[in-house]
Order: sequence, then C-alpha cells, then structure tokens
Amino acid sequence: MEEDIKPDKKINIKGLVCPYTFVKAKLAVEDMEVGQVLEILLDYEEASRSIPKSMEDHGQKVLKVEKINDTDWVLVIRKEKE
Amino acid sequence: MDFTEDQLQRYSRHIILPEVGGKGQRRLLGAKVFIVGAGGLGCPVGYYLAAAGVGTIGIVDGDTVELSNLQRQIAHSTKTLGMYKIDSAKATFESLNPDVKIIGIKERISKDNIFDLIKDYDVVVDGSDNFPTRYLVNDACVMAKKSLVSGAILKFEGHVTTIVPGEGHCYRCLFEEMPPPGLVPSCQEAGVIGAIPGVVGSLQAIEVVKLILGKGDVLKNILLIYDALKTTFRRIRVPKNPDCPVCGKNPTITELLDYDAGYCAVR
Repeated sequence: MEEDIKPDKKINIKGLVCPYTFVKAKLAVEDMEVGQVLEILLDYEEASRSIPKSMEDHGQKVLKVEKINDTDWVLVIRKEKE
Repeated sequence: MDFTEDQLQRYSRHIILPEVGGKGQRRLLGAKVFIVGAGGLGCPVGYYLAAAGVGTIGIVDGDTVELSNLQRQIAHSTKTLGMYKIDSAKATFESLNPDVKIIGIKERISKDNIFDLIKDYDVVVDGSDNFPTRYLVNDACVMAKKSLVSGAILKFEGHVTTIVPGEGHCYRCLFEEMPPPGLVPSCQEAGVIGAIPGVVGSLQAIEVVKLILGKGDVLKNILLIYDALKTTFRRIRVPKNPDCPVCGKNPTITELLDYDAGYCAVR
C-alpha cells in the first residue's frame, strides 16, 4: 500500500557521498510539513543504509528502500516530526 | 536563507546533529555574541564560535600581544606580537571562517561603556582576568537581562557558570562581594597551565552554542569546577539568593559602581 504513496518532494543526490547525502536529505525534510513524503534518488551504496538509519534516529519514518538498477537506490521517507 | 555549497560542507557536522540541523545552523549564523577579553579564555571561545559560524562576534580588549601571552592565548602568534589583541584575534578568526563578522573594540570595558557595548548582542561571555571586570560584567548583564557565560582560571583550576538573569543565580549570589585586593593571586602572580583556558573556554563556547540553539541544560544555578591535577569536574549547586544585592528581590545595587576602587591594575 505504502509503495503507492505519491512523494510531495523529490531530490536527486547522485554523485554525493557521506555526510553530504544525509545533509541534503535532512535539509529537504526540514523544509517539508509533518506528514509529507520525500523521495530520494542516490547512487552511494553506504548512504542507502545510513540515511534510513539516521532518518529513523531523528524520528522520521522510512517507507521504502529499493535498489532500482545497477547503480541507484530510491528511498521514501515520511516526515513524522519537526 | 539557503546555504551555499561551501556552507553545507563547512557546517555538515552540525547540520547532521538532531539538535542543530539547518534550522540551528541558521540560528548560529544569525546570532551575536560579545566576548570580554581576547586573552586566555577569549581566544578559544572566539575560535570555536567563529568555527561554529556564530555570525557576529564582538570582542573588547585594550591590550597588545606580548610574548608571555602565547603560552595560552592561541589566537595570537609570534607574528602578531605588539599588535592589538583584537586585531590579532580578528585576523585569526576571519581567516578560519569568512562567514563571521568580528567587531573588535580597542578599549578597556568600564561602567561608562559596557551597556552600550553589549546592547546589540544575544549572549555575553566573560573572559576577563580580574575581579573588578568580573563584577562589572555580572552586574551589567543582570541589569540589561543578558545571558552571561562566565569563566575563570588559575593554576590548574577552572570555573564555569552560566547566568540567565531572571531565571537563575548571578555571580553575586555565588560570591556577594569582590575579595579584597591581594587576597586572590592573579595568573601573573600564581601561573596557569596553558591548556586550562582551552578547557574552560571550550566549555564556555558550548554553553553559548546551547543558549543560541535553546537545547540541553546550561550551567544555570551551577558552578562547574575543573581540577586538572585530579582530573575531576565538580558541579556545585548555587541557588539564586533572594537577598542578592543585584538580582535579589530588593536589590541595593541598582546602577553600576566604581569597581576599580582599591584595585590596582597591574599591567
């Protein structure tokens, strides 16, 4: 069900490495309203694990982590708190 | 305000902290902090606040850099001997972080200029090395309702406390009157290990950052004492004194005094 959620915002952080992957993702979440959904496209494998973990540590909800091809991942995060 | 790519890199270790984030970093960039003294404490406080991106830092100090300062005053250098400390510190801090505006005031702080000097700032940091200035800064911050992060060092020991007027204790709740001249030796007479002001100044800088962010618990109603010989930190509770002459219910000190009376400034 949650797979069909339409993101309110999309960011492409391909080419970025840690910690800038999370910096960009976090700043994007900060600019959104609680309840809105962010879709993140990235190609740095470590960030496909670290961003979901950090987002959960910060109280946000990870709806999806998906490897979409040889190089890229898509993460879907819902903002749960300011 | 959007961050530049350089700012994202410079402040990335702040932004990823849950307590800071982009919002907190913008608060730091918009904050104004006033530092009394560009010496042992003022150097590390200013250094870390400049690195943190505190947007405006005012520093007052009328002295010039001497060789005997360099054992602990890390914003100055052999190349800046003889320069005014505020010019030397300004050059150091601005080269560390061009985002920061440093306003240097080449004067000795006094009852005649202090209110004017601190009026535009959010937080005041006391890095002075003498009791008349410490009491002057305390009394003025209580009267002007400015948060004050006070630090003191001697030999192998350091003190830190944070005064939030109207909420917690003030310096006079802790020590009501200045000690008589000559009772407490100065660093000049008794010495100090150079890294002591580094520890105390770093603690002061973190107190300032927490006050700006509104996060965590500051040293309100607490005196933190660092004993470097024993490597201990002690937290002493300091209740607000209802009879305090400056912040109590019926204050007897309602305007600034002649703090230097009886004290000779040994230079």
